[in-house]
Amino acid sequence: MIANLAFTTPLLLLALVALPILWWLLRAVPPAPIRRRFPGVALLLGLQDDESQTDKTPWWLLLLRMLAIAAAIVGFAGPVLNPQTERAGDGPLLIVMDASWASARDWDDRTERVSVLLDEAGRSGRPVAIVALTDLPAGPPEFQSANAWAARLPSVSPAPYAPDYAAAADWTGSLDAEADVFWVSDGLAHDGRDDLLAALSDIGPVSAFQGARDVIALAPPRFADGMIETDVQRHLAAAPRELTVVAHGLDPAGIPRDLARETVRLDTGELRGTAVFDLPPELRNRITRFEVAGERSAGAVTLTDDTLQRREVALIDAQGEDEGQALLSPLHYLRQALAPTADLMEGGLSDMLLASPDALILADVATISPDEEEALIDWVERGGLLLRFAGPRLAASDVARDTAGPLMPVRLRAGGRSVGGAMSWGEPKALSPFPETSPFFGLDIPGDVTVESQVMAQPDPQLSERTIASLTDGTPLVTRAPLGQGSVVLFHVTANADWSSLPLSGLFVQMLERLAVSTRPAIPDAEDVAGITWVPEQVMDGFGTLRDAGIRPGIPGETMVEAPLSADLLPGLYTGGEQRIARNVVTPETELAPASWPASLPVEGMDVVPATDLMAAFLAAALGLLLIDALAALWLAGRLSGPISRGAAGLVVALILMGQMPSGAIAQTGRSGDGLTPEDELALLATSEVTLAYVITGDPELDRVSQAGMQGLTNTLWSRTSVEPATPIGVNLETDELAFFPMLYWPVSAAQEMPSAAAYRRLNDYLRSGGMIVFDTRDAHIGGFGSGTPEGRRLRTLAAPLDIPPLEPIPPDHVLTRTFYLLQDFPGRHVSRDVWVEAAPPDAEQIEGMPFRNLNDGVTPVLVGGNDWASAWAVDSTGRALLPVGRGMTGERQREIALRFGVNLVMHVLSGNYKSDQVHVPALLDRLGQ
Amino acid sequence: MSLSALHTSDTLRSRSEALAAAFPALMADAQHLASTVLLGVHGRKRAGTGDEFWQYRPAEAGDALRTIDWRRSARSDGHFVRQTEWQAAQSVMIGVDDAASMTFTGAKSRPSKLRRAQTLAMALSILAVHGGERVGLTHLAEPPRGGRAQLVRMAQALMDGHEAGDYGTPRPQSMPLGSRAVFFSDFLGDPAAIEQVMGRAADRGVKGALVQILDPDEEAFPYDGRTVFMSMSGSLRFETLKAKSLREEYLQRLAARKDRLLQATRRTGWQFHVHHTDQPGDPTLLWLYRALEKVRA
Repeated sequence: MIANLAFTTPLLLLALVALPILWWLLRAVPPAPIRRRFPGVALLLGLQDDESQTDKTPWWLLLLRMLAIAAAIVGFAGPVLNPQTERAGDGPLLIVMDASWASARDWDDRTERVSVLLDEAGRSGRPVAIVALTDLPAGPPEFQSANAWAARLPSVSPAPYAPDYAAAADWTGSLDAEADVFWVSDGLAHDGRDDLLAALSDIGPVSAFQGARDVIALAPPRFADGMIETDVQRHLAAAPRELTVVAHGLDPAGIPRDLARETVRLDTGELRGTAVFDLPPELRNRITRFEVAGERSAGAVTLTDDTLQRREVALIDAQGEDEGQALLSPLHYLRQALAPTADLMEGGLSDMLLASPDALILADVATISPDEEEALIDWVERGGLLLRFAGPRLAASDVARDTAGPLMPVRLRAGGRSVGGAMSWGEPKALSPFPETSPFFGLDIPGDVTVESQVMAQPDPQLSERTIASLTDGTPLVTRAPLGQGSVVLFHVTANADWSSLPLSGLFVQMLERLAVSTRPAIPDAEDVAGITWVPEQVMDGFGTLRDAGIRPGIPGETMVEAPLSADLLPGLYTGGEQRIARNVVTPETELAPASWPASLPVEGMDVVPATDLMAAFLAAALGLLLIDALAALWLAGRLSGPISRGAAGLVVALILMGQMPSGAIAQTGRSGDGLTPEDELALLATSEVTLAYVITGDPELDRVSQAGMQGLTNTLWSRTSVEPATPIGVNLETDELAFFPMLYWPVSAAQEMPSAAAYRRLNDYLRSGGMIVFDTRDAHIGGFGSGTPEGRRLRTLAAPLDIPPLEPIPPDHVLTRTFYLLQDFPGRHVSRDVWVEAAPPDAEQIEGMPFRNLNDGVTPVLVGGNDWASAWAVDSTGRALLPVGRGMTGERQREIALRFGVNLVMHVLSGNYKSDQVHVPALLDRLGQ
Repeated sequence: MSLSALHTSDTLRSRSEALAAAFPALMADAQHLASTVLLGVHGRKRAGTGDEFWQYRPAEAGDALRTIDWRRSARSDGHFVRQTEWQAAQSVMIGVDDAASMTFTGAKSRPSKLRRAQTLAMALSILAVHGGERVGLTHLAEPPRGGRAQLVRMAQALMDGHEAGDYGTPRPQSMPLGSRAVFFSDFLGDPAAIEQVMGRAADRGVKGALVQILDPDEEAFPYDGRTVFMSMSGSLRFETLKAKSLREEYLQRLAARKDRLLQATRRTGWQFHVHHTDQPGDPTLLWLYRALEKVRA
């Protein structure tokens, strides 16, 4: 980066030398003093400054200023990033482009780079020739003016195969030209690169251009453990990368879609990864191709063929009465042959037809009921493949005796025949080679396949054309007849080894494959496809785009699988008979290796970096630094205060954030600095100490008095009792958890909103779990309890949804009268006896010799009154009473009693009915005495 | 509510009335009632000169004939003398420091110390007048008087003219024997002068309270950087290079000043209180109410 930096007026940089002088100068000047009027100056007189350093500017401020000035100097010197330099040289120029599938990924960059080269050549008046190594010209390169080539450049496109370096080296060797060679490489080490490089070096000095982007190669998919895996590889692995492999295919409506996506993450240095697709068979069979999303290259697309298709095959045998061994089952060999490559279904015929299999195999099934037959015919006509095997039942039945019928390709003779058995003459028959018209053409026939029994076909005019395999004596072994879009195939032997050894041989599997009953398990070998001419259906271009093959000629089977891709054999989808084969650019064997260049060879990147003028950036930085400097100087001088400092701090923070925006954009929400949610903080606050709480009513004045009242009570408790509560907390019924508070003071105001249903649920939970709510209507001076004051009415509305037990006016023997102080009055700011608590049980008995009844249980969940206790308790921040109570000493006495009531209340909440147990004191003393 | 930093005589009176309205009338007790010739409305719970009926007692030898209550005596055989309750009024002398230093305020949202002092002084006066006491200003030669007219006169006198100096000292012109005195000031000036005044007051049997009114900035000293501190009139000047480093020492000196004032008040049986201008006036007025009551002993 630095190497690419240049200055338009470098001499200005000499001004940087002056910075140290400036440092010294600035350091000597202290910040200007600020003048303040201050009466306390009388107390300051005579004090000495103990620090003397602040008469100099602090070093960091100096540094800031130096940086600002340095940035300004550099800015005015005109820094330019990536200055453009002209390429020297004259004489003809040969531009060699790999133009392979691997070039397609950054083809636009390449053409851009080449057009820049062409521009330069045009300015120097050099003749140019461009050669695509994948499409070598027949003769020597055409050296033309750069302008002419610039017009032709768009017509050069990447080919969907690799360059043939050997042919290119030959072609180059045949040249008799002197030229500078620019090799626009695709970055891969194809075979024969060294030879080509040597050949090109003979022409003239070689410069190489190659891009820094990874070449992505997607290998054809394969089956593993019922899942589809495709390998992805890349050639550089300079940075971690996530590749998304997309499976394309037709949806049930026939519209191309993404059927599945898998992401492969490759770390730095990791060249290969595997995408694993776990798809249901229906979806899997619809996949037409895989590609790496966002990669425009033929290497990032892999077409699927029959390899991926797993056919659904229904197997039906003759409702086996024989419970015999598995090896004798007519279906055993079929299962063995088909299970690895097809999904098998077994069951009744009508059930199977509903599942609409690709192929249906009837093993020695002779008769089919008429409606089943009708359904079967219908299914075959819609494209199904019916495969029948002969057997004793078929031979013994009358099926197809007179007419073939739609579900039998040929008429059969009664009985069949047996050759080479213990009871017959002659040798077992072998198979004769398959005719060219047969789908089995090209398959090798093992010598040990013999047939001992078979059903015989009636000689018919169509017999020979329907025969696709026959024995050496010419009798048909396999016959086939078309029916609608489908076909019916009959094997004249059994599907087990009773009648022939065919099911024991590999040929059996291959024949099933050729009939497309099963699919081939792997890439076909040459002999598998020998004898078949493969017709291209779709071909791919270098960018991985599929198009219709049009009238491209067919490919013979031998070259189909083995020949490398070339202009004649483009990657694409080829069909031969019932099968389809995909040729992909990348094969499982493909290894991507980065091209290595000799050290002497100049290699340039593909990027064309425009010159960037950095002057504005530097000047802006200088300005920003000066702004910060101004703020810092103000701060140092103590002139930042109040809103100015907040604004300035905000500005500085904004400036800093602007620089860190990408990394700082992820903000934590809902969490405070130490990782606690507000709920956690409330819980911590409320549970670390006993905490008095009041309900926030929304009336600010009322809430302030509540807070002050709770504070006053807290102070009193602190000084008089062993209860030492923390600062009181206002509780928002809608949001806050209540369970932490022993007591909730709820001043009722007429204007209070009804809490929500959720809040009532919490309140009821709170009451049931032992909480206590003190309702204070604050209206005892104008009306008694239950009178129609607005607060009283409001209380009735507010408390209606609460789970409150029956109440009674506080009885003289209530435990509240003696939990700490002995009280009979409960005044607040007002004096009223109307204080209600939970009613005592009706059977409470007066204790003999005691002034109170035996009321043992429970803290009253609510206490209702109107004495405005909080106002009597309220203190200000200095601990003085906030509001007057009564008059003179009487008032102070009243306040004292109010505070005592508060203490009793908290004691009651915290110690429960402990004081009620005093009824047992006489009994206890009695026992102690003994 | 935006408060202008200084009072006019009208706003002073109206705001003081508002402040005083929250309190029961001030009933200052007089310790040395006998030496006070001025009669007020204080019931002394004993017979003496006054307007309220106190008791009938049987006439004794030596009672003047005209003291006999004939209406009461006619209802029985003996002679009765009608006695009235001994009533007396207290005098409260109020001193407000109006030197330049009192006009300081650290923030626009706060009233100046002077304004707060005037408000408190007038509130106290109003309480006293409502309680039937007599009030007066220490720097006026006029004797204390009662009645609403006196409030108007005091409000105007408080607004009249400022002391020229930076720091004021109480200069009591009149201080009736056994009266109460309250001085409002920041007491940042020479403490010796205040101690001297208090000594003189104690000699005359005058008890009372010092209320030191300070701006929160004077308590916190929230300054930093190179600063030139100047007194309000500019006569004093102090330059520091790093104001923050002086904070501790300043606070120590301030605490020492308060302590000295506290000691002085303790010696003479006075009360001392610090009021900050960012606090409401009510607690201080309440404190004053109690402080003047407390002298009862």
